[in-house]
Amino acid sequence: MFELDQYIDIFLDESKEHLENLNTNLLELESNPSNIETINEIFRIAHTLKGMSATMGFEKTAKLTHKMESVLDDIRSGQALINTRMVDLLFEVLDRVDNFIKSIESTGNEGNLPIDDLIEKLENVLCAEEEGKPEQAESVQTKENEGYIANVVKSAKAQNLSAYKIKVFLDENCMLKSARAFLVFKTIEENGEIIYSNPPTEDIEDEKFDLEFELIVVTSIKPEELKTKIINISEVKDATISEYSADEIIEQAEAAIEEEFGEIEIAEEAIEKTSIEEEIEIIKQRVQQKEVEFEIKADETQEESEQTTNRKGKVGKTVRVDINRLDNLMNLVSELIIVKTRLEDIEIGSKNQNANDAIEYLETITTNLHDAVMKVRMVPIERVFNRFPRMIRDLSKSLDKEVNLIMSGEETEVDRTVIDEIGDPLIHLLRNSLDHGIEKPDVRAKLNKSEVGTLKLLAYPDGNNVVIEVADDGSGLDIEKIKKKAIEKELVTQEKLEAMDEKDIASLVLMPGFSTADKISDISGRGVGLDVVKTKIESLGGIIEIETERNVGSKFIIRLPLTLAIIQALLIMIGNEKYAIPLNNIKEITNIEKDKIRSVEGRDIVLYRGKTLPLVDLGDVLEVGERDRDKKDINVIVVKKGERDLGIIVDDLIGQQEIVIKSLGKYLKGINFVAGATILGNGSVALIIDTNSLFN
Amino acid sequence: MESAVANKYVIFKLENEFYGVGIDHVETIEKMMDITRVPKAEAYVKGVINLRGDIVPVVDLRERFNLSVADSFADKRIIINRIDEMMIGFIVDSASEVKDIANEDIDISIVAENFNEGFVRGIAKDTDRVIIILDVHKIIGV
Repeated sequence: MFELDQYIDIFLDESKEHLENLNTNLLELESNPSNIETINEIFRIAHTLKGMSATMGFEKTAKLTHKMESVLDDIRSGQALINTRMVDLLFEVLDRVDNFIKSIESTGNEGNLPIDDLIEKLENVLCAEEEGKPEQAESVQTKENEGYIANVVKSAKAQNLSAYKIKVFLDENCMLKSARAFLVFKTIEENGEIIYSNPPTEDIEDEKFDLEFELIVVTSIKPEELKTKIINISEVKDATISEYSADEIIEQAEAAIEEEFGEIEIAEEAIEKTSIEEEIEIIKQRVQQKEVEFEIKADETQEESEQTTNRKGKVGKTVRVDINRLDNLMNLVSELIIVKTRLEDIEIGSKNQNANDAIEYLETITTNLHDAVMKVRMVPIERVFNRFPRMIRDLSKSLDKEVNLIMSGEETEVDRTVIDEIGDPLIHLLRNSLDHGIEKPDVRAKLNKSEVGTLKLLAYPDGNNVVIEVADDGSGLDIEKIKKKAIEKELVTQEKLEAMDEKDIASLVLMPGFSTADKISDISGRGVGLDVVKTKIESLGGIIEIETERNVGSKFIIRLPLTLAIIQALLIMIGNEKYAIPLNNIKEITNIEKDKIRSVEGRDIVLYRGKTLPLVDLGDVLEVGERDRDKKDINVIVVKKGERDLGIIVDDLIGQQEIVIKSLGKYLKGINFVAGATILGNGSVALIIDTNSLFN
Repeated sequence: MESAVANKYVIFKLENEFYGVGIDHVETIEKMMDITRVPKAEAYVKGVINLRGDIVPVVDLRERFNLSVADSFADKRIIINRIDEMMIGFIVDSASEVKDIANEDIDISIVAENFNEGFVRGIAKDTDRVIIILDVHKIIGV
């Protein structure tokens, strides 16, 4: 069979992109139902998806998108109209196709969901709209076609191409008519463009034709040549080719316009039963179509052809890059930085001025190279944001709440690892705000707020960080309730609580096991969510803060570092083992006398700068063997976590160094106390300590 | 794969016994190099190595199979595998060759349900020796 396996990755990638596109366009269609460009774009996407899935052998997807395409074609030609029911149905189809794609990704086949239910619904939606007489619709169709054709032919003439009408006759014994026709199409397309076919391509693909079909073609080669090529295809009996003049067509088209207005009136009467709005929509759509087709301006067609080339592959603007290649590049740059550090250590420069200059220059270049590569890994956060409008739309409907989602800063760029990880926490925060924050319309009215709540999602760069804010104008956090729950669940003691300010109390909701929801809804309330959000954000090196005011609203502020992979660290020794501690977390490095260490409640502490500093022996925690226990003076590294301090006992300090963070990989994912690894100048590996995990 | 197809296996030695792993998981075979200990990992996970810029965890197969620990083999090798998108190395005494072994030559009848914790998939008979065919998934404990 065909080696389709190698194409499956491309298929999945492109399908997902198309589905995302489709989602955006459907949302656009919902707010602007008469926008022809949106309808056309949706049609094109459905058509492409149909083609792709049919080629790969995914029948259900192909059939479903085929049906969707038919419905969209009817919409395009004015035979069906857009209303909320139609849009909801199209969204349903989108979701089903999305499900198939996901199933293909994980199992290789489309899964068990049916398509008949949606096919039926799509059929019904078509029937319900066919109140205009079908024959009139068809003639409208042909007249529209003529207009469009005239347009293209005229612009073709302007580019010195010629238009021909070609009639192809197939052999009576021809077995696979559609395949044969496909070959004819392919041959013609190698030398020009087909701008019209009768019967339409759909019907030809479904073999709904006898033995002949007609095409209007624009080409630069001689007609006799084209005719010879077509006749050379086996099972093609004959072909006739004649010049197609634009002027005739324009006359016909002009006559058609006059008839057209008459037809629109008839159509209006026929659709009395529908509401006024729908009537207006139909007329608007028809008129807009006419506008688009009969405007014969050279530059408009120019734009169209530019648009199509852009759509075809975003020529010159973006390039698809395999993630592995990016990672490889990143690795190489990291190695370069390590080698540079080695050179600095060897101190060549101190004896030789030339070498010194060279090393300094090397430093500049490596820094620039590093920045450039990091930029390559940067992706606009829009990638994550764009699924939210749909999610909020669906969610607000199911919660009976009205909300307006305002997003800004979508162009803000973040590292691609952040993109992969930040989606889930944001979804959770948004759902949270919608579920617990925004009140129902009647409650809001009573509070003199507008019935439609506002949900703001902002992203912006701030120094070396990216800030993402999720804000709502809902009920705000109930500080008293939080206090009570915290005490109830024994998450904090009464004394501690009294020492906290409002901000700290609000942050208690981020602790594991916390939830003030009285009922567990499908969406939130299990007390699992917010602490998972916090952990995820902290694993990306970021922090999350809460600002809230009762009855005014809440704001969750997430701060993420821009560059993840390279940090300043302190290298230390414990026994024979080297470890790295991120400089970020270090407050101070100091030396204490062994006898000053006291033991309180089973823990070691020392009095330092007037406060008690808890101590932890890193060597014991990491079970390092062979250590020198006789030292009188102990090296202590004071690290911080929020407001808390901890002293880490290490054997020796080596020095400060810029290091590249490398992951330990999936197999060692859950190792405690270790945040990753780094490769030192001499090629050996040092583990990076996760200081936060040492607290408690 | 119940066909009369022969699959390729990488053959290596542990304590005088020959073992084989399917080649589809094997990426490279490396010479022995420094291993950085990873605390709090399983006992048979010796640590991680620097494989041309990537951090790769390594499993000591002797320890995994409860054989005596031996350090002083010059021929020690690390077989680097890619299993389920994870890179994992196996430390072996020596690695000798890549061999074709037909499925029908692998005797699975002696492998009882819980024999050797499922490490062994079957026994293959070669002209003058026996090759123990291993299940890599069971070895890494996934």
